[in-house]
Formats: sequence, structure tokens, C-alpha cells
Amino acid sequence: MLPEQQQKLQQLALRVREHIVRLSTDGGCFTGASLSCADLLVYLYADCLNVRPDNLTDPSRDYLFLSKGHDVPALYGTFVELGFMDKARLDQHLSTDDHIYWHPNRNVPGVEFHSGSLGHLPSVALGVAMDCKMRGQDNKVIVITGDGELNEGTVWESLLVASAHKINNLTLVVDRNHFQANVATEDLIPLEPMAPKFEAFGCEVRRIDGHDFAQLEEAFSALPFSDTKPSVIICDTVRGRGLPSIEARADRWFCNFSSEEVQELLRELHSQEATTLTSETLTVR
Amino acid sequence: MNYEELIKHTALADERIVVMTAENRALIRNLPAVLGPRFIDTGITEQTLIGAAAGLALRGRVPILHALATFLTLRAFEFIRTDVGIGQLPVKLSGFVPGFLSDGNGPTHQAIEDVSLMRGIPGMTVFAPADEQDMLAMLPAIWASPQPAYVRVNTRPANYEHAPFELGKAEIVAEGTDITILTYGMLFEQTLVARELLQAQGKSVGLINLRSLKPIDEAALLEVVRRGSLIVTVEDHFVTGGLYSILAEVLLRNQLTARVLPLALEERWYRPGRLSAVLEYEGFTGHHIARRISEYLGESGAAIAEGPAVLENQFAE
Repeated sequence: MLPEQQQKLQQLALRVREHIVRLSTDGGCFTGASLSCADLLVYLYADCLNVRPDNLTDPSRDYLFLSKGHDVPALYGTFVELGFMDKARLDQHLSTDDHIYWHPNRNVPGVEFHSGSLGHLPSVALGVAMDCKMRGQDNKVIVITGDGELNEGTVWESLLVASAHKINNLTLVVDRNHFQANVATEDLIPLEPMAPKFEAFGCEVRRIDGHDFAQLEEAFSALPFSDTKPSVIICDTVRGRGLPSIEARADRWFCNFSSEEVQELLRELHSQEATTLTSETLTVR
Repeated sequence: MNYEELIKHTALADERIVVMTAENRALIRNLPAVLGPRFIDTGITEQTLIGAAAGLALRGRVPILHALATFLTLRAFEFIRTDVGIGQLPVKLSGFVPGFLSDGNGPTHQAIEDVSLMRGIPGMTVFAPADEQDMLAMLPAIWASPQPAYVRVNTRPANYEHAPFELGKAEIVAEGTDITILTYGMLFEQTLVARELLQAQGKSVGLINLRSLKPIDEAALLEVVRRGSLIVTVEDHFVTGGLYSILAEVLLRNQLTARVLPLALEERWYRPGRLSAVLEYEGFTGHHIARRISEYLGESGAAIAEGPAVLENQFAE
């Protein structure tokens, strides 16, 4: 990846993170989980997938399904920056005048399907991938899950079926930020070694640094990894990435900061100097 | 024409149709060869079956899904509610061996809360044909509708010539001034017998085959209430959430009341066995139904002739 392209994506991701921070007040949102996949979503929409504001109903577009729906601030931030969505809609966060709430829904153009209940979209994406294949189309079908989401049996059930039916146009991407809602994944339901689990379910797996645009490009441009198997990309990420004061903290999943803290955090985004936060955050949602 | 042939004709004429199953092929064994990639067996995965069907529907397909009614509506309930329901997608659910039709399987396989669950989902429609002929008359309209649908599959042979089907309309078999029996699904043939027996006792007995539980034919129910007869709801379903509940909702919505006898399953699963034995044990043969109604009216049921239910197992899973 050219340095200027990398810089462009970094600038884009920084603006997406600003949107996430601004949404983390007045009711709050899932800040930590959104920051971990901001780089991934920016890369996919800005540089990888054939999906744009002007082809959202074209059946030959690439599909992205966000199964870990609580990271929707990262998706909407990306949509605003890339012209899918009017920035003013973010001001309607949690207002009943619009549909901008804690999980994605199809009232926002570009959202392929609603999510929020974990473990659903791998199977929905499987159905879409099956149809693309049936029609001889080679569009990419991507589904992003969380790592805690891998607790859900239906993720594995879907991969068993995808692998049995040789659905190689389906790619499951794991936002491996090492935390589930309240605790580190390895302290609750250990997921490692992760790649061999997916391999055992018949997938071709790569594991990369999910914050490194060059690695993202290298992995995604190699899709499909196999002629017969579904692909899996495990993106190692950091919960709260970009804000040292909340990075990798179990209690920064859902955040509802004061407006002063939001200003502090916006400064922190640019300076990388940690600020001190006193807000109580809600860890159970 | 049978169920499989109807699907075959429909799918060959309409490229949007895909047939899916969670490895329940009893009624659709010949379709893989006919439909090729449009026949999708996901294995024993009811949840993935529903999710994948939602994905196919997003691409413009109309999936017709097959699984045992209990696993389809219970195990995959949240997928139906969340993916198909919130998505308002035209996914057509065919539930095998609903109600008493799971005969010898035992309580794990008894779908006797399926009507209650499915009708609670916004936009979902719910159908229960009386027999195979009734089902074949109903399915084309159900599959052509843009709404999601749940069908209690019933392939028992017909012993009644059914009227043409209209979405949301009940079939008025007979009108009566003393008693009106409301029923749906496989118990229809038993209520035909019960009606004969009660008529022989000098009663005027009406009979309605509901066919569609959602939408419900409210006008037909209100007409029965207006007539003032005893109303008997007969269903192979828990008394909670099924036809008796639906009738209660209609009555309350219209600020009416009525004398209603519910014949349904209350607070327990039914005793498994051969279908005819189940109906005998649980009191749902035509003779039992007639006797229970007579006794409710304070009359001796002794005059109702004894006799076995004429039923055989249709298929086993």
C-alpha cells in the first residue's frame, strides 16, 4: 500500500473515531467495541469493497454484514465520511425522530440487515452468498463478528453449512479485541487457539493486525483464499483503540461520558496523551 | 397432485422459489433432482436454516422451509422473530407433524404452542389446513403473498370436499343454532364426526374450519357469537394462545361475551402413542368430542355411540 493511501485511510479513521467519541455521551454508546473495528470498516468501505452510495441496490455489489451490531457508531461514522449518510443524522442519536440507535437497521441506507442479537448474520450472509453463487456472480460477502460473539453456536453452525456447501465467496471477519461485554474473553470462555478452530470447521484462515492497513489490504485482496472453502480473517485489535485512557479496559465497553470528557477525549485522539476519566460507565447492556 | 408435486410445479414456474430443509425430507424426497441448486439442505440446523433463508429472501428469493414444527418454531424462534419478523421477509415455513400429528414421538416433538408463538410475531401469518386437499387449496395463495407465513403441514387424506380458499377467510361447513364447533387442522375430521353424532341427538350444530388463524376471520366469529349458540373451540394446541385465546381477544375487542367450551391441552403435554390411541386417550376422537360437549350441556353422554377413531399414522420421522 502506498504511504499516501495509508495516510489517507488513517485520516479517515481518525475522523470516524471522532464521530464515535461524540456519540459516547447523552445516552452513550458501545465506544470500546466501536473503536476496535474502526480501521477495519474504513479500509473495507474506502478501499476494498464494491459498495458505494450509488450502487446500494445493485445485486452485483459487495455485501458487508455487521453481525456485532453494537459497534454501529464505527459504521455510521464511516458512512458519514464516505457520503452514504448525512452527518446531521448523527445528531439524531437516540432520538425517536430518526432510527439512529445502538444497533444497525435498514432505515440507514447502506445497512444490509439489522443486527444486535449476536450470532445471526453469519447465517444471513451465508444465504446471500449462496444466492450469489447460484446466479454465478462473484461478489464478495463479508460478515464481521465480535470475538465474544464466537460463544454463540450459530456462528459455528453457519460455518459448518457454508463449508459443506463450498460457499467460498463468504468471508467471516473476527474483530478480535480480546474482550467480551464485561471481561476478557480468555478469562471467561477462552477462544484460543482460534485459527485452528476455524480450520477444523473447514475454513481457510488468515490472522492479521486489524489496525494495520497494509496487512488488511494484503489479506482482503487475496480473497477468496480457496476455491472450495469459506474464508476467515482474524483481525487482532484493541478495544478502545486510539484512546489510551480507555484502551483494553473491561469497563469501557459501553460508555456514557460527560460533555467535558468528550472534549478531553477528542483532544486525546489527536495527542495520544491519556486523559483522566471519572464517568461511571455502564458495563451491563 | 400432492404437496411435493405442488412445490415442483410452483418452483418450476417461478424462479424465485427455493426449497430448503433442515434435513426433513419426508415430503420432498424427489425435489433435489428436480430443483438442483434451488434445493438446499442445511442439515440439522434450524437456526442457520432460517438465517440463510432470510439472506436468500434479501436477494429476492421466496424460500419454502421444511423442518419439524416443534424445532422450527421453538428452537429457531428467535431467528424467525428477529430475521424474518423484523425483516418482514417472504419466508414460508412448513412445519411437519404439528400438534397431535407427532403421535408417538413424545413431548420433545410436540408442537402445541406453535400457533401461539408464530401469531405473536408482527406481520407473520398462520395457517392450519384440515387435510391434504385443504392444504393444496391454501398453499398457492400463501406462497404468493409477500408476507412471511407459517403452515401446519397436514397431509392426511380428505374426507370432505373443501371450498376454494381465500386468504383470511374461514370455511363455514355448517351453521347451527344450538352448538357451533370452531376448529383447525387435523382435528377437523373428528369434529365432522362429532357434529354428525350431536345432530343425531337432535341438536343443531354448526362447524367452522378456521384454516387461517392469522389473519383471523373475525366476521365469521362475530356471526357465530351473534347467533348465541354454545361455542366449542377444538384444537391440538395448548389452551393458551391458540384458538380459544384468539376468540377471547375477538370477543373483548368487540365488548362481547359468549358461552365457550375450550377443548384443548391444558398445562401438560399429551400422552404419546399411535395417533388413534392418542386421540382416544386425550379425548379428541369424534365420539369423545361429542360426549364432552353433551356432558358440558348437562346431558348424559351415554347416548353418544361408542366407536374408534378411524386414523392411521401418515409418516414417521
